Amino acid sequence: MFKTFPKGGIHPPENKITADKSITVLPLPSTVTVPLNQHIGAPATPVVEKGSAVKTGQLIAEAKGFVSASIHSPVSGKVSKIEPVADSTGYKQMAIIIDVEGDEWIETTDRSATLVKEITMTREQIVERCRDCGLVGLGGATFPTHIKMTVPSGRKCDMLIINGVECEPYLTSDHRLMIEKGPEVLTGVTIIMKALGVTQAVIGIEANKPDAISTLDGLSKDFAGISVVALKVKYPQGGEKQLIKACTGREVPSGGLPLDVGVVVQNVGTAFAVYEAVQKNKPLIERVVTVTGKSVSRPGNFLVRIGTPVAKLIEAAGGMPDDTGKVVNGGPMMGKALAMTDVPVTKGTSGIILFPEPESRRDEIMPCIRCGKCSSACAMGLEPWLLSVLSEKAMFEKAETEKITDCMECGACAYTCPAKRPLLDYIRLGKTTVIKMVRERITK
Amino acid sequence: MSSTVLFTVIMLSLLGLLAAVILYVVAQKFKVVEDPRIDLVNEVLPGANCGGCGFTGCRAFSEVLVRSDSFEGLNCPVGGSEAMGKAAVILDRQPVAVEPKIAVLRCNGTPEHSQRTSNYDGAMNCRVAHALYGGTTACHYGCLGCGDCVTSCKFDAMYMDPVTQLPVIIDDKCVACGACVKACPRNIIELRKRNRKDRKIYISCVNKDKGGPARKACIVACIGCGKCLKVCPYDAITMADNLAFIDSFKCKLCRKCAAECPTGAILEINFPVKEEKPAGHAVTEVN
Repeated sequence: MFKTFPKGGIHPPENKITADKSITVLPLPSTVTVPLNQHIGAPATPVVEKGSAVKTGQLIAEAKGFVSASIHSPVSGKVSKIEPVADSTGYKQMAIIIDVEGDEWIETTDRSATLVKEITMTREQIVERCRDCGLVGLGGATFPTHIKMTVPSGRKCDMLIINGVECEPYLTSDHRLMIEKGPEVLTGVTIIMKALGVTQAVIGIEANKPDAISTLDGLSKDFAGISVVALKVKYPQGGEKQLIKACTGREVPSGGLPLDVGVVVQNVGTAFAVYEAVQKNKPLIERVVTVTGKSVSRPGNFLVRIGTPVAKLIEAAGGMPDDTGKVVNGGPMMGKALAMTDVPVTKGTSGIILFPEPESRRDEIMPCIRCGKCSSACAMGLEPWLLSVLSEKAMFEKAETEKITDCMECGACAYTCPAKRPLLDYIRLGKTTVIKMVRERITK
Repeated sequence: MSSTVLFTVIMLSLLGLLAAVILYVVAQKFKVVEDPRIDLVNEVLPGANCGGCGFTGCRAFSEVLVRSDSFEGLNCPVGGSEAMGKAAVILDRQPVAVEPKIAVLRCNGTPEHSQRTSNYDGAMNCRVAHALYGGTTACHYGCLGCGDCVTSCKFDAMYMDPVTQLPVIIDDKCVACGACVKACPRNIIELRKRNRKDRKIYISCVNKDKGGPARKACIVACIGCGKCLKVCPYDAITMADNLAFIDSFKCKLCRKCAAECPTGAILEINFPVKEEKPAGHAVTEVN
């Protein structure tokens, strides 16, 4: 019997079209656009100027403040502009635009493919290296990794959980990484374990990836303290709190962090990036992106430099099909539609999904019939119908007492709603308002 | 007559008397002494409870008026000088003259002017759309067209125009309560001085981008060229972040700026039609 989280959850069609497509390296584009805010927290400050020559892997923007991440040049060439550019939301934000010339790397990076298993760095050095290499969580939330790796004094952490669930339909980038880069991922896990000072790590993988489970299970014999847990397929198993509950049975309290139950969760992609940063001194300048869709001619998993236009990726996958109605950045459940395709790939881009026109439309909104389907689908045990109405009617104090801030925006409620109500749209609005309200109250 | 009936009547009368005494005593003991002027002031206020004065309703505003020593900074936008004048007479205070205002929409991004780059089919709510993305056009400052302002208007003074996909403010009904200003997540709606015959001159754009991108996103965008600034004889126009702004209290409606504007971002509304119009300049009559 596979383990899973007990409350709520849904089973959307998996559509893992690209599960057997191995990772291919995308050719370099002619220009890259590197936004300065690719992570949660303060945007980085540029350290290069217009006209400066940069090498691949060179620091181009420095982390500013505690919660922030450095940004490195994903290509070699010349900085042509530093100006506000529309990002995936359509809002403009500062970005460094680099014209590509060749591919000359910084000397410090070890570009060989040999596996380096031995960890020579101390805990502090590992954390420092992760900060210097601009690592962020690659699962999608893009929280700076070095902060998660530092256990605050007085707190105890006894277990590391690696998220290899990839519960979003369509996406397969983590899946392919586990199969193709197993030893590297496991070395990365060992490095994170050392940084956290824990002896035990669990890799949670859903049962729809038997090849990844067997690969990592076989390899983990050579790594002390790492075990693989097969989980029942259920969305949103990749949610931090759901994964902890499924793997360990521990429950993170409302409003709390995984550290409250002595756990830190990192993504498989992050573990691989940690390996590359610590053992090979390679900054985070590329990531695996799944480009897929039912009518895409050559869907696949691509290793892409950060800053590459999404349009280039779509081109590599065989071009945009004529029937495309919506291009989604991320998974189909939590991703956001792109307003245009010339936006760059960022550290948080896990997938690009092209939906055919009929699938991309939302259905007509009907009145809520209080059937309670959303409440039974909610993995956090909330009442989405109530939260959405409270947000719509601007009753934010009541929404706060109904724990709107516990919502992780997985979208299971909106998916399951028979009246097709835009539950998550309103809950998101309410959640941001309540968080702002709470913050104002604290600072007052 | 049976004794039962008699007994019942006497008992009930006694009970009634007792209750009356208790009620009288309680009423005297817990009497709330209220200034009788509050009721009088409340009567002269419009009773719309719109909150345009900044207080929770007309009654609350009456209480504030009675309590305050001066009318400075207090105004009922719905009742205007008339209601405030009456209240001043009742309270024997000096009335403070407040210019009547009107709401104007500072965006002219119709489908004709601003090309649509994407479709939105999420929840029809401006705040939701604003938090999600930049909008259906390349301008991420302009109107989202979901109609939060129309929903917020308690005076039926707004409606969505299906052709322009922009809200329209009905001059006669607008009382400048400011509800739409608060409802708009993009701060497009502004309260401006209400002129004679509801004549208006304003820059119908809030795009802060540089000229090129602004013009590319919308052909009637303010490109921050500053021509209006130079031609204004009253110093009513200021420029900040590539965006001109006409101070409605300094503007004397001379219309020199509108003739200069190369993109037609300055709208002149409710003016009699000029004899000779400069070629290529579009005058959009909203009403």
